[in-house]
Amino acid sequence: MNKTLDPRSLDQLTGEIADWEANEVASFLKKQAERREQFFTIGDIPVKRTYTAADIANTPIEDIGLPGRYPFTRGPYPTMYRSRTWTMRQIAGFGTGEDTNKRFQFLIAQGQTGLSTDFDMPTLMGYDSDHPMSEGEVGREGVAIDTLADMEALFDGIDLENISVSMTINPSAWILLAMYVALARKRGLDLNKLSGTVQADILKEYMAQKEYCYPIAPSVRIVRDCITYCAQNMKRYNPINISGYHISEAGSSPLQEVAFTLANCIVYVEEVMKTGIDVDVFAPRLAFFFVSQGDFFEEIAKFRAVRRCYAKIMKERFGAKNPESMRLRFHCQTAAATLTRPQYQINIVRTAMQALSAVLGGCQSLHTNGYDEAFAIPTEDAMRMALRTQQIIAEETNVTNVVDPIGGSYYVESLTDEYEKRIFEILDYVDANGGTIKLIEEGWFQKQIADFAYETALRKQNGEKPVIGVNSFVMTDEVHEIETHPYDPDTARRQVARTQRVRAERDNAKIAALLERLVETAKDETQNIMPVTIELVANGATMGDIIEKLKGLWGTYRENPVF
Amino acid sequence: MSTPIRVMLAKVGLDGHDRGVKVVARALRDAGMDVIYTGLHRTPDEVVTAAIQEDVDVLGVSLLSGVQMTVFPKIFDRLKKEGADDMIVIAGGVMPDEDVAALKKMGVKEVMLQDTPPQAIIDKLRQLVSERGPR
Repeated sequence: MNKTLDPRSLDQLTGEIADWEANEVASFLKKQAERREQFFTIGDIPVKRTYTAADIANTPIEDIGLPGRYPFTRGPYPTMYRSRTWTMRQIAGFGTGEDTNKRFQFLIAQGQTGLSTDFDMPTLMGYDSDHPMSEGEVGREGVAIDTLADMEALFDGIDLENISVSMTINPSAWILLAMYVALARKRGLDLNKLSGTVQADILKEYMAQKEYCYPIAPSVRIVRDCITYCAQNMKRYNPINISGYHISEAGSSPLQEVAFTLANCIVYVEEVMKTGIDVDVFAPRLAFFFVSQGDFFEEIAKFRAVRRCYAKIMKERFGAKNPESMRLRFHCQTAAATLTRPQYQINIVRTAMQALSAVLGGCQSLHTNGYDEAFAIPTEDAMRMALRTQQIIAEETNVTNVVDPIGGSYYVESLTDEYEKRIFEILDYVDANGGTIKLIEEGWFQKQIADFAYETALRKQNGEKPVIGVNSFVMTDEVHEIETHPYDPDTARRQVARTQRVRAERDNAKIAALLERLVETAKDETQNIMPVTIELVANGATMGDIIEKLKGLWGTYRENPVF
Repeated sequence: MSTPIRVMLAKVGLDGHDRGVKVVARALRDAGMDVIYTGLHRTPDEVVTAAIQEDVDVLGVSLLSGVQMTVFPKIFDRLKKEGADDMIVIAGGVMPDEDVAALKKMGVKEVMLQDTPPQAIIDKLRQLVSERGPR
C-alpha cells in the first residue's frame, strides 16, 4: 500500500466533506459570500476552499518521503537547519575591486556567512572598462573586473578556502572562473578546497536576462567546459547555478520559472554526458537558484516540487545512481520586482515574508533584498537590515528546529503534486517541440514570459493583484527621504588606470600566442577551453582580449524581440 | 480617423532588463499606437537616427542600469544636431529621485518609473502629443 489513505477512510472523508459543504458552508455562504468566486495562486493555479487528506489520498507516500532521501521533496539533507542554518549570502558589488572588498568586509563583520559578487554591466557582457560600450557603466551596478589584478583587489584579505564565493556572471563566466583559479594558485591554495559557484547559466540569458556574447551553441559548449573542468579539478565547487530567478524577474509565473529552469538543466546534462563523463561524476555539483515570490505557500510548494522533479529526471531520464546526483540544492533570493518606491520601508516586511517561505521551502543559501532597491543598488544600512531579517528567522523564530515543518500540510502537499504534474507537462511540450534550444530560437519561452508579465501589469492596474502603497493603501502626500547608494564619478578613471598598467607590464607576444592557442582550442570541440584561459588571465590578458578574440571565431548574438 | 501616434521604444547601453519596455510596447500597441521597439544594446546615436528615420512622435528610452545621466545628454545633443528637438522624449525604468528631477530639467517630458499603470502611460503620451500639436 503506497497511498496515504485507505479506501474506507477515504469514502468516509468524502462523505463528511459533502455533508460539511451542504450544511456549515452553505449556511455560512448565505450570510456572507466569499471575497471572490474562485481563488488563484499568483501563478494562476486555482485553489480550493480548504484541503483535506482526500486531496493527497493518491499521493504515493514515498513521493512525500523523508528529508535527505529520494525524491528529496522534504529537503536535500536529513537534518537541514538543525545542523547548520542556510548560508546568509548578501550580494555585493560596485566600483572597483577595492570598493567592493570593503563592502564584503562589512558584511562579514555583520555576521554574513558567504559572499556573493555582482559585476558591472561591462564585465557581465565581456567588455573591458575602457571599451566605448562601457562608458557610464563602469562599476555602477556591480564591480568592474578586467584583469586578474582586479580580482586580487576584490578578494584581498578574504580566506577563500574557508568562505564560499558566488559570482553572478554568465557569458563571461569561464573567464572569471579562470581568474579565480589563477588567484587561488597564486596564493598557493588547494583548488579542491574552494567552494562557491559561477552562475554560468547561459540558456536563461537568451530566455530572460539577456546577457550574452556569442550564439547559443558555442555558449553552451563553454558551460560544458566549466562543468567538466570543475568535476576534474575543483571537487567542492559548483560550476553552474541553473537559475530561475531571472526568468521570474523577467515576468514569468512561478511555474514557468521552475519548469524552464529544468528544461535548461536537461540541456546542460545532455551536453556534458556527450563528452562521455558519467552523470554521477558531475551531477552532484550542479546547483540551482530560484526566486522567492509573494505567494507564501505556492513558493514553498514550488521549491518542494522542483526538488522532486529534479530527482526523478536525474534518476529516470539520465540514469543517475548516486543519490547526490538527484539532490537539488538551491540558492534563493527574494523578489526584487515586488519592491516598491512608495512607502519603501514596507519592502522590509515583504522581504521578510518571502525569506520565510524560502526557508520553509528548504533553501541552502539566501539573499534578502534591500528596502531601497526600487531606487538604486542598496546602501550598507539596507543590506544590514536585510541580513538582520535572515538572522531573526534563523535565531529567533525556531522554524529551523524541525525539518520541513510544512510537510504534510494537505494544501502544500496537494499544490506540490499539482506543480510536479504541470512541470512535467511543460517539459513534455518542450521535448515534443524540438527541445529547449530550438524553442529559444523561436522565441517561445520569451513569449510565454512576456505574456505573463503583461498579464501581471494589467492585474496590478485593475487592482486584481493588490500591491500595498501602489494600488492599495496609497499615501498621496508621501515625500521620500531616502539616502541612496552614491556612485563615485572617479570609478572609471581608477579602474581604467589599473587595466592599462596591466597591459603595459605584460608580455604582449606571449598573450598573442596564447590567444591563438585559445582559438585553436575553441575550434576543436573535443577540447576544454578552461586551461588556456587560466594561462591567459594569469599572464595579464584582459577579459576583453579573450571575448573579442572569440567573437572573431564565433560571432555575436542579436535576438529578435517578441512581446 | 486621426493618424496613430508613432512611438519608438529603445534600450540603450548594456542593460538587458526588457520586461518593462515590452509591457509598455504591448500596451501602446493595444491602444492603437504604432510602436517600434529597437531591441537591446543600442547606442544613443543609433536610437536617435532610427527615431528620426521612422519619424516618430515619441522616443521612449528604458534604463534599469543606472546610466541615465550618461545616456540622455547624448540623446538630446544628437537630437539638437539633427534639428529634431521637437521630438517628445520620455524615460522609463528604475532611477533615484534626484535623477528624475535632473532628467526633467534636461528636457525629458516624463519619467515612468516601475509600477506605472499601462493606462497612465497611454494617457500621458496622448496628452503630450496633443499638447505639442500637429507637426
